[in-house]
Amino acid sequence: MEWIRTKLDKLREPFNQGKKYEKFAPAINAFDTLLFTPNHTTSKGAHVRDAVDLKRVMITVVLALIPVLLFSMWNIGYQYLSQIQAEVGFWEAFGHGALKLMPMVAVSYIVGLSIEFAFAIYRGHEINEGYLVTGLLIPMIMPIDIPLWMVAVSVVFAVLIGKEAFGGTGMNILNPALTARAFAFFAYPTFMSGNTVWVSNAAEVDGVSGETILGTLAAGEQVQYSTMDMFLGVIPGSASETSAALILLGALLLIFTKVGSWRIMLSSVIGASVMGLIFNALPSMGLEGNELTNFPWYEHLLVGGLAFGIVYMATDPVSGAQTTRGKWVYGFLIGFFSVMIRVFNPAYPEGVMLAILLMNVFAPTIDHYVIQGSIKRRNKRKSPEGINPQVNTAV
Amino acid sequence: MSNDIRIKRGHTLRLKGEAEKTLIDAPRSRSFAIKPPDFHSIIPKMVLKEGAKVQAGDELFFSKYTGEVKFTSPVSGTLREIKRGEKRRIMEVIIDADPQDTYREFGAMDPLTADSVDVKNRILESGCWAFVNQRPYDIVADPKDSPKAIFVSAMNTAPLSADIEFILQDRLEAFQVGLNALTKLTRGKVHLSVAKKGGSSLNGMKNVELHEVSGPHPAANVGVQIHHVDPINMGERVWTVGPEDVANIGELFLTGKFNAVRTIAVAGSSAENRKYFRTKIGANVSDLIGTVSDNVRIISGDVLTGKKLSNGQYVGFFPNVVTLIPEGNKYRMLGWLPFTYNDIPSKSRTNLSWMFPNKRYDVDTNLHGEVRALVVTGEMEAVVPMDLFPMQLIKACMAGDIEKMESLGIYEVAPEDFALVDYVNTSKIEAQEIIRLGLDLMITEVG
Repeated sequence: MEWIRTKLDKLREPFNQGKKYEKFAPAINAFDTLLFTPNHTTSKGAHVRDAVDLKRVMITVVLALIPVLLFSMWNIGYQYLSQIQAEVGFWEAFGHGALKLMPMVAVSYIVGLSIEFAFAIYRGHEINEGYLVTGLLIPMIMPIDIPLWMVAVSVVFAVLIGKEAFGGTGMNILNPALTARAFAFFAYPTFMSGNTVWVSNAAEVDGVSGETILGTLAAGEQVQYSTMDMFLGVIPGSASETSAALILLGALLLIFTKVGSWRIMLSSVIGASVMGLIFNALPSMGLEGNELTNFPWYEHLLVGGLAFGIVYMATDPVSGAQTTRGKWVYGFLIGFFSVMIRVFNPAYPEGVMLAILLMNVFAPTIDHYVIQGSIKRRNKRKSPEGINPQVNTAV
Repeated sequence: MSNDIRIKRGHTLRLKGEAEKTLIDAPRSRSFAIKPPDFHSIIPKMVLKEGAKVQAGDELFFSKYTGEVKFTSPVSGTLREIKRGEKRRIMEVIIDADPQDTYREFGAMDPLTADSVDVKNRILESGCWAFVNQRPYDIVADPKDSPKAIFVSAMNTAPLSADIEFILQDRLEAFQVGLNALTKLTRGKVHLSVAKKGGSSLNGMKNVELHEVSGPHPAANVGVQIHHVDPINMGERVWTVGPEDVANIGELFLTGKFNAVRTIAVAGSSAENRKYFRTKIGANVSDLIGTVSDNVRIISGDVLTGKKLSNGQYVGFFPNVVTLIPEGNKYRMLGWLPFTYNDIPSKSRTNLSWMFPNKRYDVDTNLHGEVRALVVTGEMEAVVPMDLFPMQLIKACMAGDIEKMESLGIYEVAPEDFALVDYVNTSKIEAQEIIRLGLDLMITEVG
C-alpha cells in the first residue's frame, strides 16, 4: 500500500496549498480520500473520534441498494423476454437488464458528480458523499425506457435546483432523487406514465401487457399477479422498485447499522396499512369501493414504489423530520398519503413520490411543533423567586 | 432512594490504559504555572512582577472585572516569568518552586459556626474562589451572585478518568469541612452526587443532599445532574466545585493554609507509569511522565474534554488526569468500507465494534474522516441525556440566534456536555467549540 500512497502524494503535489492548482484541490481530494481515509488528527474538541464518517454512512446505503439493483437488472430482462418467448435464461435476462440500466446509472453519476465537483471547486469546499446515494437512486426509480438525455436533464435539475440552490448537501429541503423523478414526471409525462413504459421496449413489441399493477387496478381490471409475485418483485414497474423482498433485506441492513431510521420505516408502514384498511372497510360501511379501494391493504405495501420510497427515500435524514417524535409523525403521514393519493388520483395511480415530497416540505413544521413542546416544558418551570434582577436590567 | 439519578442515554467509551490504583507523591516539580486561559472569561490583572518572592496562597493576579476574585500561588518560590501570547494576553504565570513550601497563614475557622460573609471572604482571600464555577456559561463564579444551589459531582464516567473516591480516601475530613463551607455560600442546598455502587465512603457525607448516580457517560457531568435535579432557568445561577477542590477548601478552613493539592492519574495506552500522582496544581507535565516522543499526544484532562500539551508544559488548573494516547497521523486504505477496521470503536453500527461492549480499545487521535455538513440525525440526541435538542441548539449557536438558543436550553449546557457529540457525530463538527462560542455570545449579550 505504501507505494500507492507515495504515488498519490506525488500526484497531488501541484494541488497542495500555495501551489498552482490549489483551487482544484477538492477534485483530487475526492479521489484521494476515496482510496485513503486521510491522516487528519483532532486539533480541538474531543481528542478521539468515532470510526464512522459520512463516506461510511453513504456507502452503507449504497450497499443496501446493491441487491435491489442486481435483481432489477434480471427483472427488467425477464419482463421483456417472457412476453416474447417462452423460455428465459437467467443470464439472457440479466444481460438485457444490465445493458438497459447501467447506461442510466453511468449518465446519472457522470452528470451529477460533474456538477458536484464544479460546485465544490467554485465554493471551495470538499465534495460531499451524498450524491453517491442520490446518483444511484435516480436511475433506479425511473421507467426503464426513459431516454438517457432525460435522465441527464432530470439530474441537472435535481442537483442544481433541488440541492445546490439551497447550499448543497445537508441544506436541501426536498429529497434530490425524488426531485429528479418529479421533474421528469411533469416535464415528460408520456415517458413516465401510461401502460407502455414499464416494460423495456414494450412499445415496439406487439401484444405486450406492460401495465403496472396499480395501473391495471386504476383501469378497473383484474390483477393477474399473485401476492408472492408482488413480494418477490417479478412484476412490471419503475426500474428497481418492484422487489419488496430485497428492499426488506436492504431495510434490515439500514436498521441494523442504524443508518436508516427504523422509526420512519415502521411508521410509514403503519400509515399505509391504516389508510389501506380504511379503504378496505368501505364495503362494510355500505359504500361501494372500486378496484383500488378494495385492493388488500397488505398488497398495497408490496406493489408500486411504496416499499422502495419508504426504505430509501423517506429515511433521507436531510429532507426528513429530524426529531424522534417528528419521525413518527412524518413517517406515518408518508404512508397514509401514499395510499390515499394512489386511490384518489385519477391521472397517476402511484402516490409515494408525491407523498414523500409533500412531507419533505412539512418536515420542518413537524419538527417545529415537537421542539415547541420541549420549549414549553422549559418555560413552565419558572423559578419561584422570579428572575434575577441583574439579568433583567441587562435584557 | 428518590434522590437517585438514572441516566439512560449516553456512551461509555472503554479505552486501554487505566491508571493503577497506587497513590504516590510525585517528584517535586521545579516549576509550576497558573494559566489564566483555564479561567474562561477572566481578564487577569497582575499584582506581582517577575522576580517577586511568593508563598503558597499569595496573590498572583486578580480578575479585572470582579476584583475580589483572586488567583494565588499554589506553591512558594519565585515568580519566574509572565508568559504572554497574542495581544499581550497572559498565557502562563510560571513560578520557580522552593524545595519546601511555606504557606501564608489565613487562620483556621469552623465554617459551620462562622458567619457566611466571613466564609466567603476567606475563600476569596485565599484564592480558593477559582475553584467555584458558575452555570450557566461555565465560567468562574461572580461572588456577588447568590446561587440557588451548589453541585459537587464526586464521580467520574469520562474515559480513563480518575477515581474520585480513591483520590479523596485520605482527605475525607477536609472534604466534609469543604462541603460545610459551601453550605454557607448558597441559600439553597449543596448537592453531592456519588456513583451508585453501594458502600462508597462518600455516602456518609453530612449537610448535603446526596444523589446516587448511575448510567453511562456523561452521567457524572455536573451539568447533566443539575438538569435532572434542579434545572437552571433564565437568570438563575448554580455553582459547581470539583471534588478535590472541595477538599482543598476544607483544608483551608481546617489548617488556615492554601494547600493546592492536585492528584493526577496518569493514564492512556501510551503512558508507561500509569499511577496516581499527588502534586500541586499547575505541575510540569514532564515531571509526571518524563519526555515523550512526538507521536504521543499529551492531554491535560480526559480524551474528550482535555487540552493538548507539549513536553515541558504545565497541567491545567482543574484536571485530575493526564492522558497519553498515540497520534493518529496515518492513512487508512479504504477506511470507509462498512464492517471493516473493527479495532476502532464506534457507537454507530457501521463497524462491528459494538459487538464487544466490554473490550477496551487502543485509540489514536485520527479524525477518522473529514468535516462535512450535518446530515445524520438522531445520533446527538443519543448521547446528550437532557430534555433538549442538541442538533438544533448547535445550529442556533452557529447562527448566533440568541432567542432560539435561550429557548432551546443554552443555560443548561456546558461545552463538556457536548464532548460526546464531538466524538460520535458523523460530520466531525466541533460541538464543544460551537457551544463555547454560543455561551460567550450569551455572556456579552445577556450577561
